[in-house]
Amino acid sequence: MTDIPLDTMAGAVARPRRDIGLKARYAAERRFRIYGVIAISVGLAFLAIMLITIVSKGYTAFWQTTVTLPISFDEKVIDPSGKRATDPSVLIKANYPKLADTALMAKLGIDPSNKPMVMKLKGFLSEGARVQLRDIVAADPSVIGTTRDVNILAAANLDSAFKGQIDLSVDEARRKVSNQQIDWMNKLKADGVMAEHFNTGLFTYGASSRPETSGMGVAIIGSFYMMVIVLLLALPIGVAASIYLEEFAKKNRFTDLIEVNINNLAAVPSIVFGLLGLAVFINFLGMPRSAAFVGGLVLTLMTLPTIIIATRAALAAVPPSIRSAALGLGASKMQMVFQHILPLAAPGILTGTIIGLARALGETAPLLLIGMVAFVADYPKTPFDPATALPVQIYMWANEAERAFVERMSGAIIILLVFLMAMNITAIVLRRRFERRW
Amino acid sequence: MNIMTEQSLENAVGDKMNAKSNEVIKMRGDKVGVFYGEKQALFDVNLDVRQNQVTALIGPSGCGKSTFLRCLNRMNDTIDSARVTGKITLDEDDIYDKNIDVVELRARVGMVFQKPNPFPKSIYENVAYGPRIHGLAKRKSDMDQIVESSLKKAAIWNEVKDRLQEPGTGLSGGQQQRLCIARAIAVSPEVILMDEPCSALDPIATARVEELIDELRQNYTIVIVTHSMQQAARVSQRTAMFHLGYLVEEGATDKMFTNPDDKRTQDYITGRFG
Repeated sequence: MTDIPLDTMAGAVARPRRDIGLKARYAAERRFRIYGVIAISVGLAFLAIMLITIVSKGYTAFWQTTVTLPISFDEKVIDPSGKRATDPSVLIKANYPKLADTALMAKLGIDPSNKPMVMKLKGFLSEGARVQLRDIVAADPSVIGTTRDVNILAAANLDSAFKGQIDLSVDEARRKVSNQQIDWMNKLKADGVMAEHFNTGLFTYGASSRPETSGMGVAIIGSFYMMVIVLLLALPIGVAASIYLEEFAKKNRFTDLIEVNINNLAAVPSIVFGLLGLAVFINFLGMPRSAAFVGGLVLTLMTLPTIIIATRAALAAVPPSIRSAALGLGASKMQMVFQHILPLAAPGILTGTIIGLARALGETAPLLLIGMVAFVADYPKTPFDPATALPVQIYMWANEAERAFVERMSGAIIILLVFLMAMNITAIVLRRRFERRW
Repeated sequence: MNIMTEQSLENAVGDKMNAKSNEVIKMRGDKVGVFYGEKQALFDVNLDVRQNQVTALIGPSGCGKSTFLRCLNRMNDTIDSARVTGKITLDEDDIYDKNIDVVELRARVGMVFQKPNPFPKSIYENVAYGPRIHGLAKRKSDMDQIVESSLKKAAIWNEVKDRLQEPGTGLSGGQQQRLCIARAIAVSPEVILMDEPCSALDPIATARVEELIDELRQNYTIVIVTHSMQQAARVSQRTAMFHLGYLVEEGATDKMFTNPDDKRTQDYITGRFG
């Protein structure tokens, strides 16, 4: 029974199959897929390592240890001679740290006359307590003579110790926090007086030599000014240039040359733009150093090629049939461009602009050259005042040695990355939503 | 040169034979040549377009029929390298004269393209755009009137009257093409140029557009480029045969399809080449 089908089969397979290299082809495809998976895995692994490192180092920066103390705004300390009505500077110069120290000693039950113990207390509260209390009094002088609870910042070392970042097994003489301070810290923690709060100061403070009172306020404002300047200058100039080149200019050698040069400009290292800004805007035109305005101009130069290239691509992507339709109805070239081409190209232009802005937001090198790497404690009131920028702030904190600054640097990186991701996601969403409407 | 003289002779004879009192020459091409850069695409074309008639331009691909059509409303101006020689008149006005504004010309000579190309806007906006840029309607009610009558003339009103605010790109291919015809009619042109208007449509949509072309002939002068011999025979009164950039033969459609003078026309029509 089984022989018969076998025979017929043998008859059917009379023609030998050609070897057309199928095995080798499929093997090549499998190899290529494996290479691809490996490449992507390596990329993802590095991304994961980077994010995990930054987040694990940086998330604590968003928390700040404070000591809640009942501060008695004693008139004898703040204004011993009673001159504040005639001389307001008394309130500025008063010995505010003494108020905080007195309250802390009362809390811990330390006798103020016990000098060695008082000395050990030094460095427990932040020097920033002076500014904290001064601001309260300056805002409302009527607090003098009353007592109210204030969250006084703990010093950076105590903040680190509180977060468990200081290795207590190290010999006391070789670490920055003494055993006595640790005991006090644990006592205050048990009382619920010392606790971590969300660190709003990270977003509001300017530059400071003390980690606990330094923040990115100035950098955020500086970066914001620069982004506004880049948007106001680069977008109109870039779009106008692209429209002219793409729609109006005759295609000849000269426009080819311009196109090549724009593409080259997009590839110029950013530090060169920084040198250009230094030479032209500051040295030649005499604009102020460290100012967000000059930073904005330099970043505008850097962003222009990106916006021009993106805009030209968006304009060229509008189908020729739309142009013919408009022209065929008797629209002028101007009407065709502004009533049909530009609205259709707008999503692409917007996407390019946002990506250009995101690149400008993360740019550091040119800003270093025009002096935006500066110690700026006060908010810049106008774009012409000294300011820093987010990536420059990261650069400056990276140069500091203290543990608390490393933490803040990582926190700043997280904030910058969040900004950049938000911008890029906006760009992607816009592209998805508006692409190919015809 | 030989072809030239023969052809002019034929034209002259044809004109006399078909001359009727109501036949007015709307547009006239006189020794029209077109260059794309160094390359010449069209050679000394003499062709008349008669008022209220459909003139079909036929010939194999690349023969210059679309090029000639695009000369009639100066769409070739949009190509940097294109250069037009000779003379084209519209009601005795030289349309390549410096005094003729190209925008005004295109308002008088409308165009419908091969691929339906409605703007990605509402149906209403598609039709209203032309009248708006030319300031043809002062009030909203006037514009509504123009939109409605244009859509009615293009035989698409009944299909879209309830969804004028929906995008024109959402219509079917045949509806889109009729919308484009409505859009061209809306600016009240004198001549409508159609560049293979049915090549992207199915036979049913094609039949509707062909019917429409026949109706439009009452009010407009139409020049149509087509690859379909049957279409030329169905819709046109005059046919012009192009080959390799030359006008081979021009005459009444009946005569062209039954008894052409030129062998190339005969071969093309009977399907021996092209």
